[in-house]
Amino acid sequence: MPGVDVITPKPITELRSWVETLSGQKVARCYQCGKCTAGCPVAYVMDPTPRQVMRALQLGLEDELLRSSTMWICFYCMTCAARCPREIDITKVMEALRLVSAQRKATPAQKDFKLFHNLFISNLNRFGRIYELGLGLTYNLLGKHPLSKAELIPGMLARGKLSFIPHRVKNTDRIRDIFNRIKAFEKQGKP
Amino acid sequence: MKQSAYPYYPGCTLKASAKEYDISARLVCAQMGIKLEELDDWVCCGAASAHGIDRLLSIALPARELVTAQKFKAPLVTACALCFSRFKFAAYELRNEAMRNLIKYIIGEGEIQQNSDGVIHLIQLLDNNKDDIRVKKLLNGLRVACYYGCLLVRPKEVTNFDDEEEPQIMDKLIKLVEAETVDWKFKTECCGGSHMLTRPDIVIKLSHRLLYQAKQAGADCLAVACPVCHYNLDSNQKKIEANYKDNIGLPVFYFTQLVGLAMELSPKQLLLNKHFVNPMPLLQRKGLI
Ligand code: SF4
Ligand code: SF4
Repeated sequence: MPGVDVITPKPITELRSWVETLSGQKVARCYQCGKCTAGCPVAYVMDPTPRQVMRALQLGLEDELLRSSTMWICFYCMTCAARCPREIDITKVMEALRLVSAQRKATPAQKDFKLFHNLFISNLNRFGRIYELGLGLTYNLLGKHPLSKAELIPGMLARGKLSFIPHRVKNTDRIRDIFNRIKAFEKQGKP
Repeated sequence: MKQSAYPYYPGCTLKASAKEYDISARLVCAQMGIKLEELDDWVCCGAASAHGIDRLLSIALPARELVTAQKFKAPLVTACALCFSRFKFAAYELRNEAMRNLIKYIIGEGEIQQNSDGVIHLIQLLDNNKDDIRVKKLLNGLRVACYYGCLLVRPKEVTNFDDEEEPQIMDKLIKLVEAETVDWKFKTECCGGSHMLTRPDIVIKLSHRLLYQAKQAGADCLAVACPVCHYNLDSNQKKIEANYKDNIGLPVFYFTQLVGLAMELSPKQLLLNKHFVNPMPLLQRKGLI
């Protein structure tokens, strides 16, 4: 139409279609009411907040999203999903963003989270069970965290709540097989 | 008394920092004529990490245990709310045939049955068998704030546990042993979950809010059903008090410990000495020990 600015919608970005596939949620359904952010217990440390995440996905602001630590701060309490009037499972959107983010190099804001979760998974791969003391100590060591973060360890040891030896499953090969088969299957198609 | 056996998945924390939950659960069940049979050589469920790093892993790990549990003709019992949630999510995904086939190939053993009700939480086990709870000592005068947290109740279509905002199942058990439960609005608010290493500031803030609200509601202790919640509310309580210059002093029990006390199991058997906030003065004050 002459004289009228036609706002052409952006093509659906790669990130958005990944998120929609992984989460099974339609980003366009969100009407920005903000109920998710209102109920989110950690929105106060999120940038962007859950509502803003939905908007950023609608607008295709990929870099802003993937630089942030929102999807790592989210702890899947599922309050947002339980309350969204559009029945969007925002928790699944957060999880999908984390899955995409996990494949990329950590930004400074994401560093500690990725370190922790990757250590957790390698601990699991190695022993089959989580070795709490080992995980805590390696995390603090590799993350160069001050020992003040380990202040509860003496009390835990005194109460016999931590052990110096990892609990291991008998058949660790079986776990390694699971990891290997997943790796083989996922070779293609990862974000 | 009738005897029954259930496959049991304790999970990693119940073998270490939450020993008292495992021990009290087994003792209470034994009193009810229920045997918890620990799954052979079980593997970590992936907890809060696997599902955000690798979705297939987060389904495959619980699925492997579901296959082991299938030889029992009873549902798999989990005690940790985080394990419960991961098992329920896996069972939910496994309703899909393509997913079942893929996971079967990945775990490389056994047929996977399609049964999303095949997993229950320990509270449900006690609730289903509440007639077998023989109360010997009433816990009169104890005012308990039942705290459920996030993962048991949400999302309802996956966990099929209780009301999402106002659950009652733990309250009913606590009332059964004649303790009082307080009415409070934070039953299903988050405690900070597994952020204790990555963002302790968040845990401190959210857990403080819970403890403060429980106290405002008149509780003199809390009951929980999750080792992560327990860690955040009990082990961290001193730090929370220092941080907020707030005097809280609320002992945090596993619900099994309270039921156990009512069965006249001793505080020592129930490992009440493992807690950071010592519950003995409160129990003495109320004439319960
Ligand atoms: S609650 Fe739902 S509709 Fe409202 S802003 Fe959040 S995602 Fe959008
Ligand atoms: S699931 Fe994540 S985004 Fe949703 S309310 Fe909980 S912490 Fe916030």
